[in-house]
Amino acid sequence: MAVDNKVVEQVAHLARLQISADSVANYAAEMSGVLELAAQMDEVDTSSIEPMAHPTHAVQRLRDDVVDEVDKREAFQKIAPSVENGYYLVPTVIE
Amino acid sequence: MQWETVIGLEIHAQLATRSKIFSASSTQYGAEPNSQANAVDLGMPGVLPVLNREAVHMAIKFALATKAEIGTRSVFARKNYFYPDLPKGYQISQMSLPIVGTGIVPVELDDGEIKMVGLTRAHLEEDAGKSVHENFHNATGVDLNRAGTPLLEIVSEPDMRSAKEAVAYARKIHTLVRYIEICDGNMQEGSFRCDANVSVRPVGQEELGTRSEIKNVNSFRFLERAINFEVERQIDILEDGGTVVQETRLYDADKDETRSMRSKEEANDYRYFPDPDLLPVQIEDELIESLRASMPELPDARRKRFISEYELSEYDAGVMTADRATADYFETVIDKSGASPKLACSWISGELFSRLNKESLELGESPVDTERFSGLVARIHDNTISGKIGKEILDKMWSGNDNADTIIDNEGLRQISDSSEIESMIDEVIAANPDQLAEYRSGKEKLLSYFVGQVMKASRGKANPGELNKLLQEKLKG
Amino acid sequence: MHKLTLAAMQRSLESGEFSSVELCQHFLDRTELQNKTLNAFVSITAEQALAEAAAADKKRAAGESLGSLHGLPIAHKDIFCTDGVRTTCGSKMLENFIPPYNATVVDKLKTAGAISLGKTNMDEFAMGSSNENSFFGAVLNPWDTTRVPGGSSGGSAAAVGGRLVPACTGTDTGGSIRQPAAFCGITGIKPTYGRVSRYGMIAFASSLDQGGPLAATAEDCAMLLNEMAGFDPRDSTSIDRPADDYRANLNQPIKGLKIGLPKQYFEAGLDESIASLLQLAIKELEKLGAEFVEIELKNQHLAVPAYYIVAPAECSSNLARFDGVRYGHRCDDPKDLEDLYKRSRAEGFGREVKRRILVGTYALSAGYYDAYYLKAQKIRNLISQDFSQAFESVDFILGPTTPSPAFKVAEKVSDPVAMYLNDIYTIPANLAGLPGVSVPCGDVAGLPVGMQLVGNYFDEARLLNVAHQYQTVTDWHTRIPG
Repeated sequence: MAVDNKVVEQVAHLARLQISADSVANYAAEMSGVLELAAQMDEVDTSSIEPMAHPTHAVQRLRDDVVDEVDKREAFQKIAPSVENGYYLVPTVIE
Repeated sequence: MQWETVIGLEIHAQLATRSKIFSASSTQYGAEPNSQANAVDLGMPGVLPVLNREAVHMAIKFALATKAEIGTRSVFARKNYFYPDLPKGYQISQMSLPIVGTGIVPVELDDGEIKMVGLTRAHLEEDAGKSVHENFHNATGVDLNRAGTPLLEIVSEPDMRSAKEAVAYARKIHTLVRYIEICDGNMQEGSFRCDANVSVRPVGQEELGTRSEIKNVNSFRFLERAINFEVERQIDILEDGGTVVQETRLYDADKDETRSMRSKEEANDYRYFPDPDLLPVQIEDELIESLRASMPELPDARRKRFISEYELSEYDAGVMTADRATADYFETVIDKSGASPKLACSWISGELFSRLNKESLELGESPVDTERFSGLVARIHDNTISGKIGKEILDKMWSGNDNADTIIDNEGLRQISDSSEIESMIDEVIAANPDQLAEYRSGKEKLLSYFVGQVMKASRGKANPGELNKLLQEKLKG
Repeated sequence: MHKLTLAAMQRSLESGEFSSVELCQHFLDRTELQNKTLNAFVSITAEQALAEAAAADKKRAAGESLGSLHGLPIAHKDIFCTDGVRTTCGSKMLENFIPPYNATVVDKLKTAGAISLGKTNMDEFAMGSSNENSFFGAVLNPWDTTRVPGGSSGGSAAAVGGRLVPACTGTDTGGSIRQPAAFCGITGIKPTYGRVSRYGMIAFASSLDQGGPLAATAEDCAMLLNEMAGFDPRDSTSIDRPADDYRANLNQPIKGLKIGLPKQYFEAGLDESIASLLQLAIKELEKLGAEFVEIELKNQHLAVPAYYIVAPAECSSNLARFDGVRYGHRCDDPKDLEDLYKRSRAEGFGREVKRRILVGTYALSAGYYDAYYLKAQKIRNLISQDFSQAFESVDFILGPTTPSPAFKVAEKVSDPVAMYLNDIYTIPANLAGLPGVSVPCGDVAGLPVGMQLVGNYFDEARLLNVAHQYQTVTDWHTRIPG
């Protein structure tokens, strides 16, 4: 499956990655290479095989509904790029 | 052309757990921004989610309450998209294997008809944070306290045919989730939010029209208005030969209109896939049975029982089962006061509710608890006091801590039922009003109420009205 | 001092032959000297380490009860979050990230008395097989500085290989402990998925990532794993079952153990000199009483294709949190939200990371999910089934760790697929979640070669037992470069 520049741009947008115009073609070629590798999987008929999302067959453990957390806002916000009055700041979002 | 409206609702009910769905942070509303967001809620690198047992139990209770299928093996999936209130860049939700499957909710409409609304599914997911657009210069502030609060997203089939039906269904779900105590139902605080999928189609057409999704509706009144606005908007477009665009629209209560949400217009590709940080949730029959045993009597069943057991009217039974607190209050009062259900009901729905309404209080916040209220109703029931005195006593109880008996004794409000005592008061009144007596005896029977009033006044309101009437009429006849 | 194993150092500390301060200082001196060349460390926390060592010595002198790694120097792969110590994950994105929390593994080793000398270099977000993908520069192989140390735990492997530190933590998503261990002539074990907590370990591909130790010997690995392994309630995928004592049975004879040799592992593609070294290793193990049988792992060749869909898919989602809002790199003067996201991420991530995010995003997107992601998860199941079948008749599976010894720096950077094929023997164990150990078994022209043993779920103790027994009759693990 060959990926063209347009697909790279669409996928890069979904992934919120800015890709410079001169590197799009390179990414397209590299992605195509990986997908070509992946296409080897098609040699096996897997129609009756269950997909495996986890290596173990365990089931989800449940946590007691207990509040056990102290406010560490100061520590967390010390490493934040932009905060004001306890809020994280981002460029204005219009809804 | 005649148009038919088709509505399906997606209700987000915040589950009333103490801690978040995947972390040990508090879910309490109204804290300082980001003071209840721990490493997991903030999506810090390397930290991991662990599922809250109570959230799972609450979802199962909802399934039991709606007789819906329970997904004995459900899977959490990641819904991937970027937004500032979504710290990890994905929301943990459920996609192909939700915890609650199909169910049916009977909804009583205004005309008494019962409408069966299909539930498509209900799934567990985490809430997002909140963006604050005011207060910052050229910036939006993000508060992640709400991020990770457990939600049950309840999805209905497109079974509703009018805004009124949609509201009736939403109210029904609202009552139910509060009844089984999985959600506080506070719409102002966003604990219970409705999104409406609305479309119209020509009557008789099978195929559904293009729908729009209305978001951000935080009251039942607005839900009805938003849907009605949207239906008219769509019909206008179609009648003008246009086509409805599938989109998300925001309801603006101030302008009473819906408008397109440009920020969400872009076609999203959420790339759902099973969350590798969480394993499949397996629900054993044993757990289901123990939760079933712990379920309270549901509103529909309770209403029917109130009609048959307590002989309440259809209307009164509805009022007494509107929420669990009322129904519990009612049954406690009957039990403790020994009064007739009808008397208890009328005092609760009348005097108690009007006082609560006046002060915008919930039943749970009532200054008069069931113990004291029962004491009052018991005295009315056994004729110790009249209804009129009862109201005065209730006022006193409202502002103080005394119970009814103390007030009655302290203020000497006990009703006078002793016939000789009443007779002597009547005699005095008759003796003092010879003219009126003559008029009465000459046929002006309207004057009876005058005499009743006079005797009542003489008794300072304490005369038993029934006894007084009976005796007075006898005496007046002469 | 640095020629000693961790186990020997422990004995010397106990007997008072040297102190923890002396030991740590010795390694810090070696690091000071060699790190300029090898670039194995991203951060060296000498001051903190020496203070902890002094405290450890004092405690020992006072006769207090000590943890099993008391006073022993180690280092952490810079993927494990360390409270108050910069944790970069080899990325510009986290160049200045100082987490206010510890990874469970970090906590556990600290509690056991181990002293961290610093954080080791790695491929950015653990994506790579050569350690050339680090924002902090490539790590070089201590055996030949024109060659790569392997990846992604290349800093850890080079540091232990060059004896800059006796043992390190690492993580293994597709071979990231075993492959660099093989390239650097040391021992490394990837435990069963779920055996070591992932809490605080920055995620690459959550269903494949697993932490483990790298050290000179199997015994030293056992010492670290004893403290790293165990149930962690903060990790939903952590297995709630007590960990074994990995050191207790190292001396157990291995007579009668059945070891499978997958036909597919010894076919074309394997370096001939590596194949013959493996034959020698097999002979040694036979002398110890192990029996060998040929087995089939027929979907083996599909492991790499499946992995390079599953891992990027998970990474594309795991790395979405790096958005320049709450921590990490944020671009200057974003003009709007989209610009903030796109530039922060483009500037913060390196090329290989971006490539994998793109592939993963594509594999999960509408219209391609079934053909790529779902297909890969099904292949994953087939590979897992192959192993289950094999383990019905054998105790372990033996093969090469890598198809060739360490390759030259820059040799494979321009061809991602060629780079990916380097993980052909290690990836299957990750897909199935099985434990695997790489043990030095010889050298090719002075470059170390590793042999890999894969065991059944939770069979780490026996795996280390076999590796240890092998190391009692061979001396490859004792060799030190230079």
